[in-house]
Amino acid sequence: MSIEETEQEIIDEFELFDDWMQRYEHLIDLGKSMPLIEEKFKTDDKLIKGCQSRVWMHSELKDSNVFFTAESDAIITKGMVALMIRVLSGHTPEEIIQTKLDFIETIGLTKHLSPTRSNGLLSMIKQMKLDAIAYSSKSES
Amino acid sequence: MIFDINKIRADFPILSRKVNDNQLIYLDNGSTAQKPKVVIDAIENYYSNQNANIHRGVHTLSQEITVAYENARITVQKHLNAKHPYEIIFTKGTTDSINLVASSFGKKYISEGDEILISAMEHHSNILPWQQVCEEKGAILKVIPINEKGELIISEYKRLLSEKTKIVAITHISNTLGTINPVEEIIALAHVKNIPVLVDGAQAVSHTRVDVQLLSADFYVFSGHKLFGPTGVGILYGKEKWLNELPPYQVGGGVIKTVTFEKTEYADLPLKFEAGTPHIEGGIGLAAAIDYVNKIGFDSIATHEHELLIYATESLQKTEGVKIIGTAKNKASVISFVVEGLHPFDVGTILDQLGIAVRTGHHCTQPLMQFFGLQGTIRASFAFYNSKDEIDAFVKGLERAIKMLR
Repeated sequence: MSIEETEQEIIDEFELFDDWMQRYEHLIDLGKSMPLIEEKFKTDDKLIKGCQSRVWMHSELKDSNVFFTAESDAIITKGMVALMIRVLSGHTPEEIIQTKLDFIETIGLTKHLSPTRSNGLLSMIKQMKLDAIAYSSKSES
Repeated sequence: MIFDINKIRADFPILSRKVNDNQLIYLDNGSTAQKPKVVIDAIENYYSNQNANIHRGVHTLSQEITVAYENARITVQKHLNAKHPYEIIFTKGTTDSINLVASSFGKKYISEGDEILISAMEHHSNILPWQQVCEEKGAILKVIPINEKGELIISEYKRLLSEKTKIVAITHISNTLGTINPVEEIIALAHVKNIPVLVDGAQAVSHTRVDVQLLSADFYVFSGHKLFGPTGVGILYGKEKWLNELPPYQVGGGVIKTVTFEKTEYADLPLKFEAGTPHIEGGIGLAAAIDYVNKIGFDSIATHEHELLIYATESLQKTEGVKIIGTAKNKASVISFVVEGLHPFDVGTILDQLGIAVRTGHHCTQPLMQFFGLQGTIRASFAFYNSKDEIDAFVKGLERAIKMLR
């Protein structure tokens, strides 16, 4: 599935909900069911520092595709992390670099991207793209 | 004046707005307080009718606003019961006031090996400026410890006061825990050894009427915006003898008597510390806020807020999984708490969806969080315009958040 197709799938999923409560409940469920990061990767250098919730993220390049695993100590953040991984994991560095992630706005979670929210989501997206850039420049050299 | 909560609430336009389709319940007064109409009107009137630069012109507008600004200073002076109007310095806020004292006091009085004494419950604003002075001068930052309840250990404080201590900088009320510190006793103990004391009153001024002469504080600082006034304006009260002794902090327009390229003669107090065009409407707005709270009266405010504190504490104690952080005997209407197994960020996010504004995180007191072994807390801080109905809605919202997040 392409990045855009996964984004559309998530948009369709969120459209089923009538109100914010259900959307958040869904996000919380996603957070709860997300596979945990391997304990050995829960180190300070994998920590993406947000002001309030912490996110650990690890990426690997397998057969020219980037795979992400992550975890957060806050469950709503974890739900958002789960969405990001679902969209971006398993794609090539170039695909990851180019995507605009418009689905976040469509499903009404944009406010989690404002810098004042400081929940690490914005920093996480940045880190995912930076990792992709690093893999992409490595394969070029 | 009779304390009529509905009438008071009507004075604050923002309290009637909706947030996320719910009636706003504003419980983040420790961060900043809302503004009554009289303050908003004073600012509007300033720009509509009074705007001119102060202390400069011979024209009528400038003269009028200079008088108004200096009257604002007198309002602050009277409110704090300072001896002289020129002991009141307008600053940008608490942080600016502390930086001013730390910088100017540090320049003149701190040398290698000297000690500066603060407490374990200080806001970063009352840690970092002193830490910087210590780094520059090779001085040592000493910290008065606290007990499990979040109270200062006074016996330790007495032990830490030494010949090397050059200044004590302490918060009046903890922004995170709500603890009211015995500042009168703290100051008296320091004065026995001739050590000056700076009191960070940022959290205190909205809850209690401060009398700087009664406290005998050498410096007392606070922000206008936490006292229902505008942001960007704050106060440094300093005893005349200290303010005369300290060198200027920032220099530029307004702080001088005469300037040549060889030498500058500085102005007398308070202008010596007020470089540049000040936050004029800030001073005017702050005076309006002070007049407003005094009309309600701090006796009524204290009684109402204490009721809110007791009511909210009891309600939260009944809520499953909630643990209150900071259980000092003497507390202002501030409650920090954690919910077992839940991250404060998650709880704050759900409460926000319900229109309830609380603060979550470390509250700019990371060392204090480390003491309690926490990443952060959820903090509800009440002002006199908050009601028991709002506390009921808050606790109900909290229960809903817990149910969702568990």
